[in-house]
Amino acid sequence: MRNVLPILTVVTAIMVIWYAASVGMNKKWTYDQAGRAGTEVTFTEMVVDTWAQERPVLPAPHQVVAELYRSTVEKKITSKRSLVFHGWITLSATLLGFVFGTGMGILLAIGIVHNRAMDMGVMPWAIASQTIPILAIAPMIVVVMNTIGATDLLGKEAATAMFGYQPAFMKGILPKAVIAAYLSFFPVVVGMVKGLRSPDHMQLDLLKTYNASKSRTFWSLRMPSSTPYLFTSLKIGMAAALVGAIVSELSAVPLRGLGARMLTGSYYGQTIQIWAALFAAATLAATLVAIISWIERRSLKKMGMS
Amino acid sequence: MTQEVVIQAQNLDLTFPTNDGDVHALKDVNLDIHKGDFVSFIGPSGCGKTTFLRTIAALETPTAGTVTVNGMTADEARKSRAYGYVFQAAGLYPWRTIRGNIKLPLEIMGYSKAEQEEHVTKVLDLVDLRGFGQKFPWQLSGGMQQRASIARALAFDANILLMDEPFGALDEIVRDHLNEQLLQLWDRTNKTIAFVTHSIPEAVYLSTKIVVMSPRPGRISDVIESTLPRERPLDIRDTQEFQDIAHRVREGLRAGHAYD
Amino acid sequence: MGWLIGVFIFWLAAYFLNVYLANSAWHKTRLVKLAVPAIFGITILVVWEGLVRGLQVPSVILPPPSMIGVRIAVSLPILWADLIQTFVKGALTGYLMGCGGAVLTAILIDRSPFLQRGLLPVGNFIAALPIIGTAPILVMWFGFDWHSKAAVVVVMVFFPMLVNTVQGLAATDSMQRDLMRTYAGGYWNTLFKLRLPAAMPAIFNGLKISTTLALIGAIVAEFFGSPTLGMGFRISVEVGRLGLDMVWAEIAVAALAGSVFYGAIALIEKGVTFWHPSQRS
Repeated sequence: MRNVLPILTVVTAIMVIWYAASVGMNKKWTYDQAGRAGTEVTFTEMVVDTWAQERPVLPAPHQVVAELYRSTVEKKITSKRSLVFHGWITLSATLLGFVFGTGMGILLAIGIVHNRAMDMGVMPWAIASQTIPILAIAPMIVVVMNTIGATDLLGKEAATAMFGYQPAFMKGILPKAVIAAYLSFFPVVVGMVKGLRSPDHMQLDLLKTYNASKSRTFWSLRMPSSTPYLFTSLKIGMAAALVGAIVSELSAVPLRGLGARMLTGSYYGQTIQIWAALFAAATLAATLVAIISWIERRSLKKMGMS
Repeated sequence: MTQEVVIQAQNLDLTFPTNDGDVHALKDVNLDIHKGDFVSFIGPSGCGKTTFLRTIAALETPTAGTVTVNGMTADEARKSRAYGYVFQAAGLYPWRTIRGNIKLPLEIMGYSKAEQEEHVTKVLDLVDLRGFGQKFPWQLSGGMQQRASIARALAFDANILLMDEPFGALDEIVRDHLNEQLLQLWDRTNKTIAFVTHSIPEAVYLSTKIVVMSPRPGRISDVIESTLPRERPLDIRDTQEFQDIAHRVREGLRAGHAYD
Repeated sequence: MGWLIGVFIFWLAAYFLNVYLANSAWHKTRLVKLAVPAIFGITILVVWEGLVRGLQVPSVILPPPSMIGVRIAVSLPILWADLIQTFVKGALTGYLMGCGGAVLTAILIDRSPFLQRGLLPVGNFIAALPIIGTAPILVMWFGFDWHSKAAVVVVMVFFPMLVNTVQGLAATDSMQRDLMRTYAGGYWNTLFKLRLPAAMPAIFNGLKISTTLALIGAIVAEFFGSPTLGMGFRISVEVGRLGLDMVWAEIAVAALAGSVFYGAIALIEKGVTFWHPSQRS
């Protein structure tokens, strides 16, 4: 709790600098406009104007908040201009990819820990892949999957058969989910291998004296010991999956999701729209990581590991 | 023969505020340490011996009373680099060689490069680590690391050596050997040494004066002037005189409820 | 059909070879440690080539490695120019500015526990956000050229680097700091002789993470706007033209650059933190 005051101070300082920067960066436009109209502006008028432009170079915080409100509360959820809609598109791709990527990652980690051929063959590549900018593949995966027609979670006919219609999020979700899965996969593998190997030799030797099988050792020792590492990997994986989903939206068709909003905003010079989408993405990231942290705290407490 | 008083504590009091209420670490401590003394502080955990040593070193501040070192306040003495401190763990910097580690205080205190080399060679000889100067700490055993730590405390010209259970983490055989070496060192350099320990034989073997302390609140229960001669081979520990002093120490600890 | 059978046999042979090597008496030697992942990698390439040819996958979906290799060979000048634009001008400058700035900031706020307690939670929060989203904004501010990409990289590496450096500076225990007090060392001696050397493992941890972030930041930022040069630019253009062999060529170059960059930092780390237990085992 003693952190509340310092944090508030820092956040307030950021706000102050932001407002000042808005004035600094937007004032050229104000003076240009005034010059063209042949009028003079006082300092106060200029400041007020820099905080209320339609296409500011740097939107003021309240403008972003206003746009957020307009695009979420004041729009229907199904509207193509609703940030809730776009947020859900991004979120669904993130979650789908995250579940797959993390699931496969944990399975591969278990395989690496128990099989030396897999360990020696795959682990160096898993570690090396963390140095490779995987996100560069995103546009290609989107286009390739579009070409082979593997874009929808459930095709129009199948979805209509099950639900009577094709839910909006299912269309075009697969490429984004694949990239999100791929991005969360490797951090989870590396983290879980570390975690599954974390029990010290003394513990492992004890189980050997009980003649415990590998499976028994896994469930009673390795899996519980790896829980802290699991949650750290999940947080990294979740953030990575979200970034993957957002970046893949830049090349996806139809152009939907928070990343797409940012892109269209930059095409049409709608800076406030870009910032609002960025804030929405940031809130999404923070919420998802916070949820995992909450689950982590409760699980670790129950296990006496906090 | 009265020697000058080098360290003096008068009515020293120190209370720590903690979450569970105040801890009265030192109560009304009065002690004189003379030049050339080897004083051991012995007592159970919580008796204030480490706190007292740290107060002399100006690493803790008393809540009442005074402590003077070389006639100055403890903090002035610290700033004038009056003492060398040896901790329980060697605390050597793993990124410096042994020579580099011993040079650390000399660099800070502004000795010239030539002086640094000279002092380092001298103290390496003193603690019998000649030839190990270029090694890194992790390449040395625990006992050797502790000797390097002592060398570091001797490198600059301080008259006082403050040692906080320096041999506590070592096994008994190494400990015996280092005890002997420390006595020889003391004899050769004539420094004033304040030594905190848990071990009764160690305290009796090394000291000219033994200060028995007891806990709750931390205070001195007995001060024993040792009658043993200055020259002491290790087997002096089997003599009756030794056993008598050790017995007196034990009585002092019992009286101070050390065994509760 | 012949391709598929050949590929299957190769895969089986390589699999058994790897299992044999991994369980043999030589599995601890340097040679085998390099051979097993290399065999695994080569197997993937061979299987890829074989499957693409055997199943006659169109090259607009997935080109075979041989085609990519040819493309790399004939496009070296373009690949090199793209590398300079994205990696050297964009990623590297941003990396140096961002990491340098972060270390300096960490030292500046070191004197103020108040600022630290405020900045660290905010920094941790920002480091977890999809910073890549600032790319369009920064392109708007700094223009299409490499300056905006460097700016994106600075934003991406600054906070992880700051958090790591602050953690590193806190890594000394109270005994070490007490020792410095007995020498009347003062703040600057303590900082330069004790805390900065002791912080190096954490600082290099941050530097290594930042190499990946820098390259990703520079490439993805180019998706949002770029002059007719750069790896990200080339990828998005070639994807649009279905020139997938060029896309894979660029990705191969990016992977190589990323590994070399990371490897270089790891090498420097070995030299600076030779004393740390993780480097000694």
